[in-house]
Amino acid sequence: MPGLEDLYREVILDHYRNPRNRGELEVPPALLAEGFNPLCGDEVKVYVQLDGDTVTDVRISGQGCSISQSSASMMTTAVIGRTVVEARDTLRSFKQMMSIHEHGLDRHESPQDGSPEVPSGLGDLEALRGVVKFPVRIKCATLGWNTFDQALAEAHP
Amino acid sequence: MTLDVAAVKADFPLLGREVHGTPIVYLDSGATSQKPQAVLDAMNRYYETINANVHRGAYHIAELATTASEDARRSIGRFIGATDEHEVVFTKNATEAINLVAHAWGRANLTEGDVVLLSLLEHHANIVPWHQLAKERGIEVRWIPLTDDGCLDLDDLDRLLQDVKLVAVTAVSNVTGAIPPVRRLADAAHAVGALCLVDGSQYVPHLATDVADLGCDFLAFTGHKMCGPTGIGMLWGRRELLDAMPPFLGGGEMILDVRQDGFTPNEVPWRFEAGTPPIAEMIGIGAAVDYLEGLDMEAIRKHEVSLTNYALRTLDDRFGDDLLIHGPTDTAHRGGILSMCLREIHAHDLSQVLDQHGVCVRAGHHCAKPLMRELGVTSTSRASLYLYNDESDVDALGYALEEAARFFDF
Repeated sequence: MPGLEDLYREVILDHYRNPRNRGELEVPPALLAEGFNPLCGDEVKVYVQLDGDTVTDVRISGQGCSISQSSASMMTTAVIGRTVVEARDTLRSFKQMMSIHEHGLDRHESPQDGSPEVPSGLGDLEALRGVVKFPVRIKCATLGWNTFDQALAEAHP
Repeated sequence: MTLDVAAVKADFPLLGREVHGTPIVYLDSGATSQKPQAVLDAMNRYYETINANVHRGAYHIAELATTASEDARRSIGRFIGATDEHEVVFTKNATEAINLVAHAWGRANLTEGDVVLLSLLEHHANIVPWHQLAKERGIEVRWIPLTDDGCLDLDDLDRLLQDVKLVAVTAVSNVTGAIPPVRRLADAAHAVGALCLVDGSQYVPHLATDVADLGCDFLAFTGHKMCGPTGIGMLWGRRELLDAMPPFLGGGEMILDVRQDGFTPNEVPWRFEAGTPPIAEMIGIGAAVDYLEGLDMEAIRKHEVSLTNYALRTLDDRFGDDLLIHGPTDTAHRGGILSMCLREIHAHDLSQVLDQHGVCVRAGHHCAKPLMRELGVTSTSRASLYLYNDESDVDALGYALEEAARFFDF
């Protein structure tokens, strides 16, 4: 049985208590997208500043649970300074990590064993791996990311 | 009568199970209640011994199935004090019952400029159908505001009632447990020539219900929150209103005749029950109301009031201002619903920790977003009590909340 420590890793709680890059950016020039989690009513706004093909700044506002807030916070640190292509690669890897439950949880009882489907190189974000053991929380973890993706789509369809 | 809660608990097989290695503490009856063995047995007995379609075959078991399902209609009618069992229409759930009124009565009776008056306590089920009608027909949806303590603010009721054709209100808030003065609203509606629809989803399972006392014209409620199965809801409506309403869904069962050039609708209530009905579910909800009546609804309400008082008192002792419980404090005006915010802990996180202790509560906006905005929150954790809950369940909730506070350590 997955325990709370699988879900609430220390780095997650740290990002929840001290969220990085909270705030807003002027729109325009920044891009803005708004995301909703209909399950719990959480709302997130993601502001994205691009300079050419580079993500120069990302800000998060809105409210949500520890998983959605920390995931969005970690996302900002993972994509700021990256190119749009790199940011989208990270997004894809993250969402792949969040979808391993679709291949069957049983085979991934110990996700640390480096199963081939599990992407690596996500750094701190890998702390969110445990979320897939709590399927209703996956939407929380991906909320900020999907909203970031929407904002990017405005400029780079 | 007083309720023997230990005996009641033993009637519900699910309540004997464990989750995460600890006995389950089920505090989410506002979402759906557990089912007593008598209901499960009645449904199984139908499938095992008399499974046949109703109102069709002339053979023995088809007649038995028809009688059993129509007996359930009679039981429901008796349970809510209806004088005519044909005033009970079976639907899929309370949501469909309200949609039925919006479509069949609303489309026939509401035109541009008419007003449907809702309260800010409403569940989305009693909001969205009216929004849809507003978009389609140009009617206005108007809101009864709230007082600071979460009751309806009726100071301005006369003005609010201008051009109102329907007052549609919940009898118990599914978020705060607040019990608005439905009778007063129904009388006020009638005084201006309007009708009154009551969403009884959180009321009928918990308080002795008499449609004449409520004074309403329509009452929508659902089976699965009152010890019955999912997939069955009920609309009670005054006979002359139902008789005058056009059908809702079209198909078999709801017709008297079908020709190449049209159809003649069936009589009430079958006019509103297109297609094969949920026969096992009708029998199940019939068994559920028999079960509740056997325990006595007054005794159930008394138990819930006493347990809600115990919960409000002991949780306040444990947490004081750290735990915010929304809604009226006087249990004479509230049901056994406790919407909680523990410090800054998000409802999702809170319910996750409670789950580890076997405590089942609902986290989220409870399908009442206008009310949540009014309360200034996006989500709460909601514990809802029912006849099978006792003080040990409330104590388990208190303990698990303490563990959550410790875990998040804010």
